[in-house]
Amino acid sequence: MSLAEKILRGDIRAASRLMRDIDDRMPSAMEELKKIYSKTGNAYIIGITGPPGSGKSTLVDKTVEILRKERKTVGIVAVDPTSPFTGGAILGDRIRMQRHSIDDGVFIRSLATRGSLGGISRSTSDIIKVMDAMGKDIIIVETVGVGQDEVDIVNTAHTSVVVLVPGSGDDIQAIKAGILEIGDIFVINKCERQGADRLEMELKATLEMGPKREDGWMPLIFKTEALLGKGIFELVYGIYRHREKLLACDYLEKKIFERTKWEFLCILDSELRDTIVERLEKDKRLDKIIDDLKRRKANPYSIVEKILEGELKGSS
Amino acid sequence: MTPERKIRIMVAKPGLNGHDRGAKIIARGFRNAGFEVIYTGLHQTPEQIVAAAIQEDVDGIGLSSLAGAHDYLFPRVVELLKEKGADDIMVFGGGIIPEEDIPKLREAGIRGIFGPGTPIEEAVNWVRQNIKPKK
Amino acid sequence: MFRNDHLKTIGDEEKKWTEDLSKILSEIPERLSRFSTISDMEIKGLYTPKDIQYLDYSRDIGFPGIYPFTRGIQPSMYRGKIWTMRMFSGLGGPEETNRRFHYLLKHGETGLSIAFHYPTLMGYDSDSPMARGEIGKCGVAVDTLKDMEILLEGIPLDKVTTSMTINPPASILLAMYIVVAEKQKVSKSQIGGTIQNDMLKEFIAQKTLMLPPKPSMRLIVDTVEYCTKEVPRWNTISISGYHIREAGSTAVQELAFTLADGIAYVAAALERGLEVDDFAPRLSFFFDSHIDFFEEIAKFRAARRIWARVMKERFRAKNPRSWMLRFHTHTAGCSLTAQQPYNNVMRTAYEALAAVLGGTQSLHTNSLDEVYSIPTEEAAAIALRTQQILSEETGVTNTIDPLAGSYFIEALTNRIEAEALEYIQKIDTMGGMLAAIERGYPQMEIAEAAYHYQKLIDEGKKVVVGVNKYATDHPPITIWKMDPEIERRQLKRLREVKEMRNGQKVRDHLNKLRGAAEGNENLMPYIVNAVREYATLQEICDVFREVFGTYTDPGMF
Repeated sequence: MSLAEKILRGDIRAASRLMRDIDDRMPSAMEELKKIYSKTGNAYIIGITGPPGSGKSTLVDKTVEILRKERKTVGIVAVDPTSPFTGGAILGDRIRMQRHSIDDGVFIRSLATRGSLGGISRSTSDIIKVMDAMGKDIIIVETVGVGQDEVDIVNTAHTSVVVLVPGSGDDIQAIKAGILEIGDIFVINKCERQGADRLEMELKATLEMGPKREDGWMPLIFKTEALLGKGIFELVYGIYRHREKLLACDYLEKKIFERTKWEFLCILDSELRDTIVERLEKDKRLDKIIDDLKRRKANPYSIVEKILEGELKGSS
Repeated sequence: MTPERKIRIMVAKPGLNGHDRGAKIIARGFRNAGFEVIYTGLHQTPEQIVAAAIQEDVDGIGLSSLAGAHDYLFPRVVELLKEKGADDIMVFGGGIIPEEDIPKLREAGIRGIFGPGTPIEEAVNWVRQNIKPKK
Repeated sequence: MFRNDHLKTIGDEEKKWTEDLSKILSEIPERLSRFSTISDMEIKGLYTPKDIQYLDYSRDIGFPGIYPFTRGIQPSMYRGKIWTMRMFSGLGGPEETNRRFHYLLKHGETGLSIAFHYPTLMGYDSDSPMARGEIGKCGVAVDTLKDMEILLEGIPLDKVTTSMTINPPASILLAMYIVVAEKQKVSKSQIGGTIQNDMLKEFIAQKTLMLPPKPSMRLIVDTVEYCTKEVPRWNTISISGYHIREAGSTAVQELAFTLADGIAYVAAALERGLEVDDFAPRLSFFFDSHIDFFEEIAKFRAARRIWARVMKERFRAKNPRSWMLRFHTHTAGCSLTAQQPYNNVMRTAYEALAAVLGGTQSLHTNSLDEVYSIPTEEAAAIALRTQQILSEETGVTNTIDPLAGSYFIEALTNRIEAEALEYIQKIDTMGGMLAAIERGYPQMEIAEAAYHYQKLIDEGKKVVVGVNKYATDHPPITIWKMDPEIERRQLKRLREVKEMRNGQKVRDHLNKLRGAAEGNENLMPYIVNAVREYATLQEICDVFREVFGTYTDPGMF
């Protein structure tokens, strides 16, 4: 039986093995993904981002508690950075959620960014698909939101949640450009700290001043104290409200279209690149090209143009 | 992108003892060796450790114990892995483990046992040599 | 401390000495390119008056028993009274531990120190699934008042003081102790002892965790407030650096984080509305004595000086007793080796000597087998004898603070003080210790130091005899093993207590406790009432967990 078949029958080990193959870029993974693709598209995807130490994992942990009481099954993908110096990583997001690990309705997977250009977007979206095929009702993706890739991961979720903390020095002006735009829901966690009200006011003002959203959605702001479970119920219902709004104005279809497009482009991007690089490396042309570029005997623009022309001709 | 089997190891502390100095040092050592380390934190039951190891599809589980409960907790992890059909995940352990307990632990399926004073490098090399990459 | 012209002469002489030395070193170089303490603090080959030229004797050193107490907190120190020899003990069930207490007292121990097993430390009863495999292994199992009654049988609680290493459920064990005393007809005001009750260092280092930081602080301040009024001879918090050091910190970090914890407790008690001089004299400290001899002595001396100044200047305490840093010392468990375990006797002896030269008030000396397990009776006796040899044979107790005035010791004391103050200031800017812990600051500093030290060992830059140098095989030593019967007996007793007690009364008291916990009242009286009716430790902790939530360590790297 193939991994895909096993997964569709509910085999957890097969699912985690496929995720591993995806992460390790095994060619076999794509074959399996082909087989499960038609069975995906059912899960509701929530992206959560925020700076390190903002309490994302604790927030996820408490959110899962509520979702499980409502008998929804949950998948969690927790993305953490790979060390650029050693290529290794310590993935510790599970720590806060470990109590759910023995619950059959919850599947948690830690993922390292592995530092490759665009690679994490592709792995994340493929791993989400496996969880989707496993039948998870809701999939939560958690990232620190550093870099475009990670912002994209959250942005293409059905509901994007941005977590902030008061008094961490990053006031509204300092918050990474791009983060404010993607949030459907904002959470001010550790709201017992000084400055929570001020942060809320500033956030409100900034969001009201910002451009009107296409979907007419005005982002919600919730104050939580995740450690004590305060404000989580409201947050979960805020997510539901966003989902209803998306459904009511047919915007969910548009979001799904956007997401599907993003996924497709991720795959196209990495496959195209991999194929071409592999080919160039095979006959040692890559080194020669780089050498020429280094000595300014050629320019990269023309070379890429030429390669693409050849590729397109070859395939048509 | 070329396929690459990265080594994924779970570092876990079963039981109620909270001394995580050794677990943290070894987790850092593994990361610096280029492994992906899933750290499950403290006070874990064997059930939690095994469930997490399966979800993460790790190659091995490194258990740390300093409180004398290893003789129950370590074998229990191996037992549960077997029950779940996941005994290809290798279990090794470190900490304060009296010499006389070692044969029992080996018999129970703990593949590597690292006493106090084990250099980081030695544990890293052991993992490299003993963990066969997944097919 | 020295005249300027004199310093100039010394400077000239030193220059000449350096020149001579460099000639010698060009032929026979020094053994190492860099000499450093075990905390990797670089140390010079020679110290002179120039290194302490800004030291002011009256301001910075002074006299024993007088502010800032650099030389010790009592005017006569060990000439008056030897430190308390307090051996940390707890093994199996209350019966075994009670026997060990009587054995140690008979052999000259002067105070008790109870080590509880992990389930008790974490707020679980022996019959909890969380206790599987752990009952009685690293200390004594205490589930209910019944266990405490057995544990303290035949110990006169109005005469012997007892230290209890207990943190999240500290208030419960204190309550049990109070009720046992009641039954011995000894009133609360007569008993003396210590509960560790220091949760901040648990969040930082030892990770015996139950409740989130804020409710943990509330429980601590509850005990401080209660004892201030009701149990005046009780040391309410033993602010501990030991566990921070054992987690791998440097000496400076141990000192700085411990004192910063102390500052946080004082601030929290003041916030409750207590008067500083009412509670501060009952705060005590607990440090590690590691193997680097001079670094440790300097650490202890610096600790007293910093705390005295903090209490007087920052918190405006007026009672000199509030300024005094009294401390217990435990020789370094992490310096013991499983390899060649007999060497541990020597290590412990040097560490004990450092603690005594540093002016400790009480001392635990590790047993040679403690790296493996609870000590055997014989090993515990050797450890106790080590202290007795120190106090009665070596003569080091004849003179107060005998190393004062050493250029090296004074310079090192200054340096450790300065570096610790730098850390404390940094923590202040973060908003205090609680905020720093949330950020993971001390946790990450310690993890970094621990890793750095391990690398030094692995590279052979630091030597541990028998481990990375002079390693040989050694025959195994006899290790204390728990009789499995103890576990059965413990579970049976717990069952019996639950059957025989008045269930309705227990429920009533637990409900009252829950109500109080939801409000703002001091919980101690409610806890005392609940334990008196034999409510179990876990039943009470479960009330806390329900009301306050639980906490897991975030695992900072």
